[in-house]
Parts: sequence; C-alpha cells; structure tokens
Amino acid sequence: MGAGMMKSLILHLAVLVLLFLLQFVISDYAILTLTRMMVLGIFASGFNILFGYTGLLSLGHAMFFGAGVYAAGLPIYHFGWSVPLAFVFAIFMSFVAAVIIGVIALRTVRDSFMILTLMLAQAGYLAILYFNRETGGSEGLTMPQASRSFDFLGLTIDLTDAATRYNIAVLLLAITIVVSFILIQGRYGRLFNAIRENEARTEMLGYNVLTAKLFSFTVSGTIAGMAGAAYAILFGYIGATFAGIQYSIEALLFTLLGGAGTLLGPLLGSILMTTLIDRLSEVTSAYFLFLGLILIALTLWFPKGLLGTIKEKWLPWLT
Amino acid sequence: MGFGPFLFLATLEGLVQASVLVLTAVGLSLVFGVMRVVNVAHGEFFMLGAVIAWFVATNMPGDPAIGFIAALIISPLAVGAVAYVADRLILTRLNYNPEATIVATIGLLYVIQQSVLMTYGADARPVDPPFYYTIRLPWFGYSSYKLFVIAAACVLLGVIWFVLKRTKWGLLMRATQFDRETALAFGIPVRKVYSFVFAIGAGLAAIGAVLIVPIQQAHYLMGLDPLLLSFTVVIIGGLGSIQGTIFAAILIGLSDGILSVFFSPTLAKIVSTLFVAMVLVFKPNGLFAKAKR
Amino acid sequence: MADVTFLKTKDLKCHFGGIKAVDGVDFTLEKGEIRAIIGPNGAGKSTFVSLLSGRTEATAGEVEFLGENVTRLPAYKRVRRGIAYTFQITNIYKDFPVIENVAIAVQSRLSNSGEKTGAGRIRAEAEKVLARVGLSQFAERKAGELAYGHQRLLEVGMGLALQPELLILDEPTQGLSDSEVSDFCDLVKEIAQNATILLIEHNMDVVMTLAGRITVLNQGRILAEGSPEDIRANRAVQDAYLGRGDE
Ligand SMILES: Nc1ncnc2c1ncn2[C@@H]1O[C@H](COP(=O)(O)OP(=O)(O)O)[C@@H](O)[C@H]1O
Ligand SMILES: [Mg+2]
Repeated sequence: MGAGMMKSLILHLAVLVLLFLLQFVISDYAILTLTRMMVLGIFASGFNILFGYTGLLSLGHAMFFGAGVYAAGLPIYHFGWSVPLAFVFAIFMSFVAAVIIGVIALRTVRDSFMILTLMLAQAGYLAILYFNRETGGSEGLTMPQASRSFDFLGLTIDLTDAATRYNIAVLLLAITIVVSFILIQGRYGRLFNAIRENEARTEMLGYNVLTAKLFSFTVSGTIAGMAGAAYAILFGYIGATFAGIQYSIEALLFTLLGGAGTLLGPLLGSILMTTLIDRLSEVTSAYFLFLGLILIALTLWFPKGLLGTIKEKWLPWLT
Repeated sequence: MGFGPFLFLATLEGLVQASVLVLTAVGLSLVFGVMRVVNVAHGEFFMLGAVIAWFVATNMPGDPAIGFIAALIISPLAVGAVAYVADRLILTRLNYNPEATIVATIGLLYVIQQSVLMTYGADARPVDPPFYYTIRLPWFGYSSYKLFVIAAACVLLGVIWFVLKRTKWGLLMRATQFDRETALAFGIPVRKVYSFVFAIGAGLAAIGAVLIVPIQQAHYLMGLDPLLLSFTVVIIGGLGSIQGTIFAAILIGLSDGILSVFFSPTLAKIVSTLFVAMVLVFKPNGLFAKAKR
Repeated sequence: MADVTFLKTKDLKCHFGGIKAVDGVDFTLEKGEIRAIIGPNGAGKSTFVSLLSGRTEATAGEVEFLGENVTRLPAYKRVRRGIAYTFQITNIYKDFPVIENVAIAVQSRLSNSGEKTGAGRIRAEAEKVLARVGLSQFAERKAGELAYGHQRLLEVGMGLALQPELLILDEPTQGLSDSEVSDFCDLVKEIAQNATILLIEHNMDVVMTLAGRITVLNQGRILAEGSPEDIRANRAVQDAYLGRGDE
C-alpha cells in the first residue's frame, strides 16, 4: 500500500469514527437530521461512482433510490415481511433494476444517455402514481407499527429510537465508503477514470468499455437502492416523491457541491445542503430557488466542488 | 354520443395539443440542432410565456382580444430576452460543454420556476380567449378558439420554414448547425447565432404557451409536461431534425390526446415515455431517419 | 502446425456514404516485418489500419490475424489478441500523469493475461516502458503538458506497454524535430526485435531506413508493393505522388 493510499484510508476511517462519536455530543434534533443526511449521502455516493468516477451523468438516479424505497416498503406493508428480509430483498431488486436499466441505457451516449435516464425515471415515477392503490401514490404509505421494532441476531432493534437509527445509518455509510474505497483504489478505479477521461483510447488499450460501464452502473444503482431501502425502513414512510426528478437532481447537486470523484464529497454535499436548507427555511421558503442558483454557480465557478478543489490544490492523494 | 363523434372530438383535442406541442418542440429541436444543447429549462420558458401572457392580458384595458394580441407579441419577446441573457451570462461561459450546460439549465429551471412562484404565486389563473364563438356541429359544439390555435400553429410553422430556408438568418443557422468549425472559419459569428437561436427557441415555446392559456390555466408548475413531451417529440423525430419534429409532434399530440380521452392520462404518459426510451435505444437517429450508409 | 499468415486481408472495403476510403485491399504481412504504408493524403491509409485494429467497421471483406477471422471482433478483443494501435492524432489521457497513461495499458495487458495486477507490479512495469521510450524524467508530469514530440513518444509507449504482436503506428514522426526522428527510428528498430510493425509514414527517409517492404495505397487501393528500391523505381508511384503534388 502506497503512502498516499494509507493517508486516504486513515482519513476516511477517522471521518467514520468521528461520525459515530458525534452522537454522544449533539442534540436529538441534530441526530435526526444527521441520520437523514447520511442516508442521502449514501445515495449520492452511489450516484458519484457513475458520475464522478466513470463520467456518466445519469439524470434519473431517483429511480434506483425509489426502487429501494418501494422494494423494501411494499413487502413490509402488504405482506408483513420482516425488516431485514425486506432490506436484503430491496438491495437485490435494485441490483436487478440497475442491470436491466444499465443494459438499455448504456446503448446510448452523452446527451441521449442523460435524456434516456431522465425519461426512464419519469416512467417509473408515473408508474408509482398509476398503481396508487398498491403504492399509495403521492400521498405515500406509513409503515405499520409492527415493523418499527424487530429482533435481529438476538438483538432487539427499535427503529423509533433516534440513536438506533443513527447507528444503522453510520454502519451503512461505513459499508458504502469501505466498499467504494476498495473498488476505487483497485483496478476498477483506474479503469473507470480512464473511461471518464478518454473512452476511445481506453477501448483501444484492450478494455471492454461497455462491460466496465455496466459494472459501474450496477454498483452505482445498487448503492442508491440500498440508500432508498434504508430510508424507507428507518423513517417508516414511502412515497412517490422519492422516485421523482427532484431526488435525481439532489444526488447531482450534493455530488457537485462536495466534489465529484471524491469519496466523501457526496456526504459533505448532503450535509452542507441540508444544513443550508434548514437555515434558509427560517428566512425563506425558496429552497428550490437556491438549489437552482447553486447549481448554476457550481458549474460556472466551482466545477470541481469542495473536496475536488482541495484534492487538486493540496491533497493529491485524496480518493 | 356515439363512438364515431367521440373519436372525432378526441382527434380535434389531439390536434390542438399537437399544435402547441409542435411549436414548443421545434424550439427545443432548433436549440439542440444548432447548438447541441439539451435545454432542460425549455419547459420553464413555456411556463414563463403563459404567466407573462396572463400579466399582459389582465393589465390590458378593453376587449380581451386586444389583451390577447398584446400577449402574443410581448410574451415571446420577453421570454426570448430572458433566454438571450441566460445564454450570454451562463451558457457561453460554459463553452456549451454538454454536461455543464445540462446541469446549468437544470439550475435555470428551478430559478425561473421559483421566481414565478414568488411573484405570481401558486394559483392557476385563466386568460380570456380573444373570442368565444362556438361552432355547432351535429354532435357537439366546438370552441372556435381551439380551431384558431390549430390554424395559428400552421401559419407559424410556415413562417419558421420560410425563415429557415429562405432568409440569410436561416442560412447562417443551417451553416452553423452543419459544421461549427467551418462556419467559424467563414466568419459566421457563431456565438451570436447561438444566442439568437436560444432566444428564438424559447420564444417559440412562449408562443405555444400564449396560445394554450385561454384553454389551460397558467400555473408555475405547468412546464414539466411540455418539457417531457417535447423531449419525446424531438427524440422520435430525430434530434435536431425540424421536419421529423413536426411529424412526431402531430403523431404524439394526436396519440396523447386520443389515449388520454379513452384511457388514463398517466398511462398514456407512461406508454409514450417508454416508447421514446426504446426509440432512443434502437433508432437513435429518430423513428423516421433513414438508416445511415 | 501449418504455416499461418501473420496478417491477411481479403478484398477489404470501407465506404463512408459515397467515399470509398478503402476499396478492395488484399494485403498480407509476415511475422517480424517492418512494413511501411505510404500514399498521398486521403489515400485511405488511416482508414485501412483502423479496419485492422477494429476502430472502424469494415463495409465488406475480411481481416485474418494469426489464422483467425477477426473481421467482426470488436476493437478491444483484437487488442487482446495482440494488435496495438497508436492514433494519428495524439490521443492520450491529457489530465493524467505520464506514468498513469502507461499504467492503464500495463494493467490491461496483465489482467487480460490473467496475471496479478498489484499496484507495485503495474508501476514497475510502467517505469520500464517509460525508460524504453526515454520519458522517465517526466513520469509524474501531466501528460498534456509534455512537448508535442514527447506526447508522440508516450503514445508509442502506451502501445509498447501492451507487448503486442503487431504494433500499428500512424504517422508517428509527424511534427517531430530531426534529432527526435532519428531517436525514434532507433526505438522502432529495437521494438521490431519482438514485434511486427506496420508503419504509416510520410517522411521518406524514415521509410527507407526502417521498412523492409513498402505498400503504396492510392484512392483506397494498393498501387504497388515491394522493397524500398522497387518502390523508388516505380513509375506509377512517382506519378501518384507527382500528380498530386503531395510532399
Ligand atoms: N469517418 C469518416 N467519415 C467520412 N469520411 C471519412 C472518414 N474517415 C475518413 N474519411 C475519408 O476517407 C478518405 C481516406 O481518409 P484517410 O484514411 O484518413 O486517408 P489517409 O490517412 O491516407 O490520409 C478521405 O477522403 C477521408 O475524407
Ligand atoms: Mg491518415
């Protein structure tokens, strides 16, 4: 292991430990919002694998987040599945969705890819509205009380307890960061970067670019789906907005703000944006106005985002 | 009402939809064709056109027809000006890089939408049609205004066609679309052409919106549907091809109108969205494009 | 094993609409050769080698490499079978360090031959390649910041890192200074000890120094083929060049 990689690993582990310890010093309200930030951070991290590392801009990643939300929530609500089973099932279904959508979407490139992912996500969103008898439509469904507490490996897990939810989120975030770290430091990281930088050249060096893109797409969609499943389970609510275009855009926004192509960027973006919204909502309700302005400002003056700029200027070893 | 007249009514409604759609979609197609820019804010230009039409029409004294005509002139100009400024301030500076422009136009989408919400409010508001005359058919009465919309769209398409094929401006646009580098080398002010095309594209969406507000009310969230429908049309017609766009707009407008009357509008949208996705994947040059080579 | 031709094309064609860029080429290449392809601009040279590498799809005809019909194989599979291609217009990872450019190629070769792809091993092999093309001192520089001649060398280095059977070089000396050209010739001679080389080249001095045989393309067809002396003496070749006033 090189020195840079070691530093990077230590930094990421330190951040995770810090997040774990934070629960002992912050307020209950902060615990709740930070839980939400972390889950959305996981979603954006999944998006970032595809966008930041592989250079493919999907405008429809909410379809995977939504797939996770519904594949976890619907079996719990309608069939009374146990929470762990529903969670695993949801991850599997997101994986299947990502493979299928990936095979279709990756036949297109650039502009067409962006429009296609946007369209497919919109079809998914409309389907949720259309089957509103099963899905609850835009009103959504609240998970039954029975699913808010369950036994798992001899432990009783109470999802109404804020600290429990927080620790589950930390655990899932840790899994996401570690898996991404291994992936990005390994040969796939090099390959993804090469594809982002120069696809034609990469093909002519003997790489199967399409398979690599599909792999990236699948990992990305599965992580996004896991985040969706976690959201449904932790907060006990599912609704069509989670699959709507706004969530696709938020994943993009968090990633751009924190720094595309850095592992902690999406989490940082999620924390900053959510905090900003909280602060703003005290003075104005125009959250979306700021969302738009920030998107424009980032593309114009700050395309690498926070960690991307830090990486470029001071910490080249940052992953 | 029997099935025949019912289908006739659905077809008429579909044609009205198609008329507005064709103007909006040609705007989007022009921008994509000439500038290679996917303008996600296009639907908001449409919405802005409708809202400005409402402002103009309600503040214009006298006959509703005067207000309407004023709106038909002022609204596209105002929206075009907004688009022109957006292009100058944002898109030129991004050098029209595909990813950056798409992200920036998403930003623009929210900025326009929320600015309208903060000034115009969340209500849906109607605009009076310039005339109310109802045409009596044997089976049902039909608004003459809607027929006017269809006629107006045909006339405007004729104008667009004329501008593109017969004027110096059209030539500049086509030259820029054909080969940007060569156009530059021949001294065509590509940047200026881009800004104007962006403004014209937005203005076309605004015209479509002015025509529709007497039928559908102006609302700050009304932009998403025309955006997605325009994408649908532009993709089916072939990205950047004007003739294909016109043809596809009629096809989609009609089928959307008819499907929505007979089935649920949501289902109609799902079907058309998935259909488009398949076109994009299997016939990336559009449904009507001849195979290359 | 029966004698297989190293590389062979049969009636190979590539048409772009009405343009017949390559129009019925029968071509063979023996293992170990240094072969030059010459011809006026627009003769179809780049298109022809793109057809060999799979970067461009053939309209008709066949390409056979080491006895296998590879006409329908995608480019990356041909690279894995040993056909490396360097671009006429320098095509490198401009924002990456020089060594990373080569490392990407090294990783491709190692993982395709099922060998270990540890970071240390890849780096060591990449360093060896950089030493061969004389770019060691620039290893950590951004590739896009290198002088043009050095970028050309890096392009060749990426091909070399694949340890190919066949290395295709499309106008590698274009834009190089005289001294760089002569260093480059030495490098090609060295590479040729382990690989067959197919070289598109406009600089006739380079062609005469390096090539064992020369193929002349004109308007998508083979106009002549033979030793450097034959080609020099060939009237048709002289006409093709003089007629076009190319060089
Ligand atoms: N992708 C392409 N599309 C259309 N025409 C092409 C394409 N590539 C090459 N050509 C045409 O094919 C002919 C041969 O080009 P090329 O192979 O680059 O020639 P050379 O390398 O010998 O100069 C030229 O007329 C060129 O314009
Ligand atoms: Mg060439």
